[in-house]
Amino acid sequence: MRIQLQVALTHLTGRRRQTLVSLTGVVLGVAFFLAVSSLMRGSEQDFIKRLVDNSPHITVSDEVRRPRTQPAERRGIDGAVKIRNLKPQTETRGIRGYREKLALIEAAPGLRVAPVLVGSAVLTFAGREEGVTLSGIVPKTMKTVSTIQDKMIAGSLDALDVNPNGIVIGTGLAEKFNLGLGRNLTVVAASGASRAMKVVGLFRTGNASVDETQTFTLLKRAQVLFERPNRVNRFLIQLDDAYAARAVAHRIEDATGDKSVSWVEASEDILSVLVVRNIIMYSVVAAILVVASFGIYNTLSTIVLEKTHDIAILKSMGFHARDVRLIFLFEGVIIGLIGSLFGLAMGAGLMHVLSLVQIKPPGVSEKVFLPIWWGAQQFALATAFAMTSCILAAWLPARRAGRVHPVEILRGAA
Amino acid sequence: MSAVLRAENLVRILPGEVPVTLVNDISLAIERGEFICIMGPSGSGKSSLLYLLGLLDVPTSGQVWLDGEETSRYGEDDLANRRLEKLGFVFQFHFLLAEFTVIDNVTLPIRRLGRLNASAARARGLELLDRLGVVEQSAKYPHQLSGGQRQRVAIARALANDPLILLADEPTGNLDSASGGTVRQILKDLAHEMGKTVVAVTHDASFAAAADRRIGIVDGKIDADWRPG
Repeated sequence: MRIQLQVALTHLTGRRRQTLVSLTGVVLGVAFFLAVSSLMRGSEQDFIKRLVDNSPHITVSDEVRRPRTQPAERRGIDGAVKIRNLKPQTETRGIRGYREKLALIEAAPGLRVAPVLVGSAVLTFAGREEGVTLSGIVPKTMKTVSTIQDKMIAGSLDALDVNPNGIVIGTGLAEKFNLGLGRNLTVVAASGASRAMKVVGLFRTGNASVDETQTFTLLKRAQVLFERPNRVNRFLIQLDDAYAARAVAHRIEDATGDKSVSWVEASEDILSVLVVRNIIMYSVVAAILVVASFGIYNTLSTIVLEKTHDIAILKSMGFHARDVRLIFLFEGVIIGLIGSLFGLAMGAGLMHVLSLVQIKPPGVSEKVFLPIWWGAQQFALATAFAMTSCILAAWLPARRAGRVHPVEILRGAA
Repeated sequence: MSAVLRAENLVRILPGEVPVTLVNDISLAIERGEFICIMGPSGSGKSSLLYLLGLLDVPTSGQVWLDGEETSRYGEDDLANRRLEKLGFVFQFHFLLAEFTVIDNVTLPIRRLGRLNASAARARGLELLDRLGVVEQSAKYPHQLSGGQRQRVAIARALANDPLILLADEPTGNLDSASGGTVRQILKDLAHEMGKTVVAVTHDASFAAAADRRIGIVDGKIDADWRPG
């Protein structure tokens, strides 16, 4: 063992109680750091998961962001012709040539796509009318891009295939109309076409506006109702890797010319709130470790004062200032390492306990578990924070110890 | 030149509002194997001279040659290396590290120098303790030892890296006369039988009587320098 390390260990074991207090500070700091950050990161991921899973990762719609390059401009050489105030043609008839584009998107790996025709309709039942959004879907593909199948509480999406005149509605709407599975209602499209449809499925997402205004029917039926045969106006896309959405959306927009919006783009404000929240959380938990590092500073400063004679004798026998500094830095590192080790264990224990806690938020019927993120990243971060604050706390006493001048001490003692 | 330690025009002034001259223009040469006593009243500057000769302190002006090397151009780390390899110190208060055993105290400088492995360092430490008659105490802590035993351990530690010169500051100042006599005899034997150069500061007249050469210091200057008999 290096002699400096041995001296460091002797100092720490010689002042067991104070060492233990400093150690406890680091252990608690690391443990709380872990528990709080795992909870916050867990809730963040839970939040993003809901955000991501409840809506498509990418929505391709029949809007065009940029007008097409005009033939006149293409003919002109280097800006000889410039057309100003050009707007994309308002195109409400749906995605042009959707089958080719669908095939193009489907060919890409790691994604699932569903074509949808979305329009407005009015539902009439027993003299009541409600305006809703009616989506024409293909049940087989819709199930792969949406969680709607999991939210069904009666009937199913597949029932649409069996009954072409079927409609799936939310529980909110069903309560308003006071109707149940198997009842008939009238659907009137904006064009004036109307049709009697049978409720073949009920869903509940927990989001009131979705449950009250979203309805689903077969794509073919919607095309007839909206008088837009062979058209869709949305592609809903779900990716294996949700975080690739921005890049994939970009590629799709480049290839098809249709506006593709990823969930990242659609939820930028929420994501930036999460970043701010993380910064606040990390500053608070890091503050715990800063407080703990004052304990270490205090202990090591006391040791330096107490051991001035020892330091003087070590220097007189030929120890360098660097050796003496190293002794006290070692003491900081030892406290940091042992403290981190026990802190990580205790933090993991706290995380386990927290993950068992069940809470029932007001107004929610199901009990939920606290979301805990077990990522290795935060274990590393907690250790790094602890080690940095320990070494910083040891640095000042170490520097003071390195400056001890043996002759001054010897003169004082003689 | 056979002088193992040589000082030329050494001056040490303690800076401050009223600067204090501790050592005032001292020149001397010390031969290999000499047992020298530096004597003088309290505050005469004899300890300050010892610290300058032992490279613990840096002179305000003047030079110190150790083993033929002029040391004024050396930095703090170079001086520390010379102390580690060529010098050994014994102080009035034993200055052993209280939390280390006797053998660990003795092997500290050996391990810092790093030329011997742990077991060889331990063997060397035990050999030194044996020579000084305290080998039975090797596993004890300093507070379990008598004053004379502690001082012998301190001498063993000073000898750990086989230094050229042993510098002692009032080595018997804190001991009863019997222990003081033992320590005096040990230092004398080191000089005469092992060829170490021993420079001791003292105002113990019986200690001084054993020395080969006595240097008297008054007010930072050499007042007398003679070899009895």
